[in-house]
Amino acid sequence: MVTQTVETDAKEAAGGGSFLKNNLREYGLLLSLVVIMVFFQIETDGTLFQPLNLTNLILQNSYIIVMALGMLLVIVSGHIDLSVGSVSGFVGAVAAVLMVNHGVHFVVATILCLILGGVIGAAQGYWVAFYKIPSFIVTLAGMLVFKGLALAVLEGSSVGPFPDTFQLLSTGFIPDPFHGETLRVTSLVAGILMALVLLVSKVRGRAERVKHGMESEPAILFMVKNLVFASMIAAFSYMLASYKGLPNVLIVMLLLMLIYDFVTSRTTLGRRIYALGGNEKAARLSGIKTERLTFYTFINMGMLSALAGLIFAARLNTATPKAGLGFELDVIAACFIGGASASGGVGKVLGAVIGAFIMGVMNNGMSIMGIGIDYQQVIKGLVLLAAVCVDVYNKKK
Amino acid sequence: MAEPILEMRGIKKSFHGVRALSNVNLSVQPGEIHAIVGENGAGKSTLMKVLSGVYPDGDFEGQIKFSGQDCHFKGIADSEHKGIIIIHQELALVPLLSIAENIFLGNEQATGGIINWTTSFVKTQALLKKVGLKESPNALITNLGVGKQQLIEIAKALSKEVKLLILDEPTASLNETDSDALMELLLELKRQGITCILISHKLNEISKVADSITVLRDGATVASLDCTSGKISEDTVIRHMVGREMADRYPKRRPDIGGKVFEVKNWKVHHEVHPERVVIKGVDLHVKRGEIVGIAGLMGAGRTELAMSIFGKTYGRDISGEVFLHGKKVDTSTVQKAINNRIAYVTEDRKGYGLVLDETIAWNTTLANLNAVSTNAVIDEGREFNVAEDYRRKLNIRSPDVFARTVNLSGGNQQKVVLAKWLFSDPEVLILDEPTRGIDVGAKYEIYTIIAQLAAEGKCVLMISSEMPELLGMCDRICVLNEGKFVAEFTAAEATQEKIMRSIVTSGVN
Repeated sequence: MVTQTVETDAKEAAGGGSFLKNNLREYGLLLSLVVIMVFFQIETDGTLFQPLNLTNLILQNSYIIVMALGMLLVIVSGHIDLSVGSVSGFVGAVAAVLMVNHGVHFVVATILCLILGGVIGAAQGYWVAFYKIPSFIVTLAGMLVFKGLALAVLEGSSVGPFPDTFQLLSTGFIPDPFHGETLRVTSLVAGILMALVLLVSKVRGRAERVKHGMESEPAILFMVKNLVFASMIAAFSYMLASYKGLPNVLIVMLLLMLIYDFVTSRTTLGRRIYALGGNEKAARLSGIKTERLTFYTFINMGMLSALAGLIFAARLNTATPKAGLGFELDVIAACFIGGASASGGVGKVLGAVIGAFIMGVMNNGMSIMGIGIDYQQVIKGLVLLAAVCVDVYNKKK
Repeated sequence: MAEPILEMRGIKKSFHGVRALSNVNLSVQPGEIHAIVGENGAGKSTLMKVLSGVYPDGDFEGQIKFSGQDCHFKGIADSEHKGIIIIHQELALVPLLSIAENIFLGNEQATGGIINWTTSFVKTQALLKKVGLKESPNALITNLGVGKQQLIEIAKALSKEVKLLILDEPTASLNETDSDALMELLLELKRQGITCILISHKLNEISKVADSITVLRDGATVASLDCTSGKISEDTVIRHMVGREMADRYPKRRPDIGGKVFEVKNWKVHHEVHPERVVIKGVDLHVKRGEIVGIAGLMGAGRTELAMSIFGKTYGRDISGEVFLHGKKVDTSTVQKAINNRIAYVTEDRKGYGLVLDETIAWNTTLANLNAVSTNAVIDEGREFNVAEDYRRKLNIRSPDVFARTVNLSGGNQQKVVLAKWLFSDPEVLILDEPTRGIDVGAKYEIYTIIAQLAAEGKCVLMISSEMPELLGMCDRICVLNEGKFVAEFTAAEATQEKIMRSIVTSGVN
């Protein structure tokens, strides 16, 4: 009996090892984020994890993450969108003109702007999907067009400030009826609840898979991974709660993350996008309407760019002609650092989010350390290259 | 007899354990036109790749002697240096460069890296004259027809001091006038003392120009025929080409054939890129319940084009004609509609068109019928797993579980996954395009068994294959497609390889 248990244990351990080896990428990504965080936490003498800074970190990166969700789909489908920065700037400008100059109610203006984003995405996706014009070229053109249009709409100057209610999108925090002075109880409870829900859903999903004999991830790894994840969420929400609570934009972001993660991993729509990017010809011969699907991913990207533009405008409380400049680079880098493949078919929503956080933490940490903007860019560029090299190397092995 | 210019002895070559050439001997006399014939997959192209150094020395067994010297080619550059030039079936010209630029590509008329355009122009003019072209050396390749492009390739070969010219199916995509012109040119080159190896399916051409013929079958030389002493009949050549033993390599079937289920009428398809070319010239076709109908034909006969144009118009343009199921006209103009009408097409190119290689067996199995494993567009992974596991067992897909990525499977198992995908779409009509291409004998038998099983269940099977024994072994009826038309039809009882081959090689003449 005893020897038998030892044997199975040894087998399981070996299985765990090989599983870890095969899924190095996924765990490696999370691990690198943790390592980078710890590194900057030490280098900045603990400033990184101060509640104020943590809140800022989320606010600063929210619009990048929102766009990364759409960009991931575009990249997985085998395309690229270079226009997202310009589009978000343009939509922010339109929002400002509507709300500030014409006094349109913020809800109406927001809806109009999201529709505008969708239309812009459709206008670009149309050429990519139905005329097979390389997305690189179409969206490069779009980048110029919308950068110019943003300038035109704003007539070269900044427009602001926005109505207070609109600003809450970026600067607001979820309300706290307990009026906790030092700790926002609602935020803390919401955070912990979130962690628990995540944990429970993961455990149930695993039980379902085990029932069908489909699970290959060893139990110990599964537990460690998810406990770390859940406790990280709980710890972060505690830290945020000790400042002003959970930012509204974080809630928006988390909701979107959950939706996109679900769509990509569980629905037929998501499955078809991966098939399209993985082997377009096979997808087409399997009855997937590849052209329409490509078209949709661009519409989706346009809407998310619009949302990101609104968040950014609300955060600055003014729309400037320079808004959105260079965002596309951060967004695309986030996807590739997060493990998406430039040739399509590969990439995960959570990967892109972690990729965006890696970029964000590096930006933030290096700024606190006082590294100049010049070398910050050099370092970010090298990190991107390194991440993709590791990927390619892993694949070749 | 003079000393042969080229002597290949005991050439053996395998790919991942599969024998492509088992024992080839080839001896070519100087100044002759030497034809190499054989079925698809007999090893002709592989042999020429061995000769031209595409497979470097050491990658194969055997001996090559050229102009009396032992040769150990490390690459194409080595063989070209000796004067062996091969012109492949797919032309290697850059369409948007001029004739002169193409002819001297990689061999530019330059001093110190600076191209002398005058020399290029003059030399090109001389070369074009030799091959009988009146085009300007500055004309772009893309503006020339296929026939002229072929001549440009020959001119390019002549620019390199060619001693042995190898042409791989040069007339496959040419019309009759262009083919005749090309044959004339070969005879002219022969008068100038250039030795030539001609690979062709067209026996009438070969009998016109060849001095000797080597017949390959299953990767070995089966006959070397001399045409100078007396005319060799096509019968003799055909018999050598196909004459192999038919062993018990196919499952026993007891056909139970019902009424007409699937019917295609007056189907016409134009070429995707060159719309003026008609690829399928108004064909009729039908399959009965429980029947396996084979489509025989050479490469380029239009078999895949026919199948893919029927299946959701995935090939070709200006498609006309009608498809009927159970006597009712159906719309198959998109893949989705074809699938909804219970038609399935299993591609000949499983890696390019069949599988998403990075993904798992389960993932690929359900791809064409995702709705059947999902509720409100949410995929039920449990159901998906059960479906895939079920097919893995039924089709005997060898892998530890259904979560293995398909890229890691062997060819036979990959083919089974593609089959599983289409079986799960619940088809009534199955079009199988080269279902056993590139897989080993054991896996072939398993695929045959599955096909026989499908027919026994009352499905209509349309099977396209280049391997005639396979068609003879499996089909109830065989239709022969050549140059976009059905040229013959045989029942299982009357069909023989000779008859099929004859209907193909003689159809071009009439």
